[in-house]
Amino acid sequence: MTGPLEPLLRDLAPRVLAILVRHHGDFAACEDAVQEALLAAATQWPEQGVPDNPKAWLVTVASRRRVEAWRQDTARTRREHTAFTLTPPDPDPVPGVDDTLTLFRLCCHPALTPPSQVALTLRAVGGLTTAEIARAFLVPEATIAQRISRAKQRVKGATFTPSGDLDAVRHVLYLIFTEGHTASSGDRLHRVDLTAEAIRLTRLLPHDGETDGLLALMLLTDARRPARTTPDGALVPLTDQDRTLWNADAIAEGTALVHHALSTHPVGPYQLQAAIAAVHAEAPTAADTDWPQVLTLYDLLHAIAPGPMVTLNRIVAQAMVDGPDPALKALDQAEHDPALKAHHRLHAVRAHLLDLAGRHDEARPHYARAATLTRSLPERRYLHSRA
Amino acid sequence: MKYVILIYGNPESRAIWDTLSAEERARGLRDYERLNEDLADSGELVVTEALADHAQTKRLVVRDGQRTTTDGPFAEAKELLAGFYLVDCENVERAVEIAWRVPEAQLGLVEVRPVMTLDDFLP
Repeated sequence: MTGPLEPLLRDLAPRVLAILVRHHGDFAACEDAVQEALLAAATQWPEQGVPDNPKAWLVTVASRRRVEAWRQDTARTRREHTAFTLTPPDPDPVPGVDDTLTLFRLCCHPALTPPSQVALTLRAVGGLTTAEIARAFLVPEATIAQRISRAKQRVKGATFTPSGDLDAVRHVLYLIFTEGHTASSGDRLHRVDLTAEAIRLTRLLPHDGETDGLLALMLLTDARRPARTTPDGALVPLTDQDRTLWNADAIAEGTALVHHALSTHPVGPYQLQAAIAAVHAEAPTAADTDWPQVLTLYDLLHAIAPGPMVTLNRIVAQAMVDGPDPALKALDQAEHDPALKAHHRLHAVRAHLLDLAGRHDEARPHYARAATLTRSLPERRYLHSRA
Repeated sequence: MKYVILIYGNPESRAIWDTLSAEERARGLRDYERLNEDLADSGELVVTEALADHAQTKRLVVRDGQRTTTDGPFAEAKELLAGFYLVDCENVERAVEIAWRVPEAQLGLVEVRPVMTLDDFLP
């Protein structure tokens, strides 16, 4: 899909697909029918004008295609016996948000692996082509095509359930965002902007505290993008970034979202991470950072959603509030946790704390060890520069 | 997460292979075929190749601006790279699970290594 109609069609595609699946079942067949309807729209609308109710138009055309396909399939075994009982559904009384949400839930079905959830969501809700998804994840198109067709097979018999929480959907959107949030890599021109896509899709979800928290986290993280790399592609750590380059609009929206979410909803992990990002965003320079508040937020996060990264980041914040020595003691304690013992950032944090304490010679081997253990190329370069 | 599965042979495993019956060899190759099919089917296979005999290797070095190539065979090698898989799977545990199915694990050596990424790291 290209051209001026693309945003409209990409917005409508998941809603039309959801309506069809709800009426007819069989995700794969419905998706084919919707693709055909979109193709028809892309050729007919520029000539004949966009219909008054574009969604209803698409639902009608797609339903007709679906029924035709069903008739053809059925004819082989049962002739045209009951085909006439299938009629296109009336699309009008269907609220859009609920349908998009059901489609999200289907794509993020627990029976699917995370890579399949991600691929299917981008395909069915995001409307990306298989080739675009493959380029975004730097894998062959056949790999993504297989992932999607297998995922469709898996969810074939799945029923649409209106209940259930949104955690799985948010997690998939978060995975899409983090995949997109990479430093300069290869052929950027041909890489779909996954961060923008993740933000766009998160906006489609109904607002609640954690969804707003996730959206705020994405906006506040993405706002730093212009300052995150030097022109030659090297990574700039948060403390050294030129904050005048940060995207002020994204920060304003993200900050407003998280403040609103925290004051009106039960607190959740995405809201807390967004709140921490907001504290960083509010500081005109790194030295102005309200570290006691960051530490409080990490304490809360540690209480409701503990994890190795949370523990380590909390210790870094503690060093900024109480000094490096208590933080080093906390790190000695934390090291006994098996989840942390194997974590490559343990060495990076120890090196950082020793640096803060002025023990540069002791820091160096830890930087070198962390550089060996990381899988991230920019991080390795950075750690080597400190070692 | 992408992982490369490196498959090594060595002179001993080569010798064992040479003594196998046609049927036993066919079974080994079938194991590979089945593994390839399963990985393609699960959407985890990025690419897999078997490498030509080590004797066909060319080694390249540049020293003091001077290019030198040396043709194989090289006598000193103990573990010889025989092929590889590049898989895109959920985590290292899954990559190891895949690697156990490589028949060379029984005769030679199989390694799993994470692929370096361009991921950002949070401060």
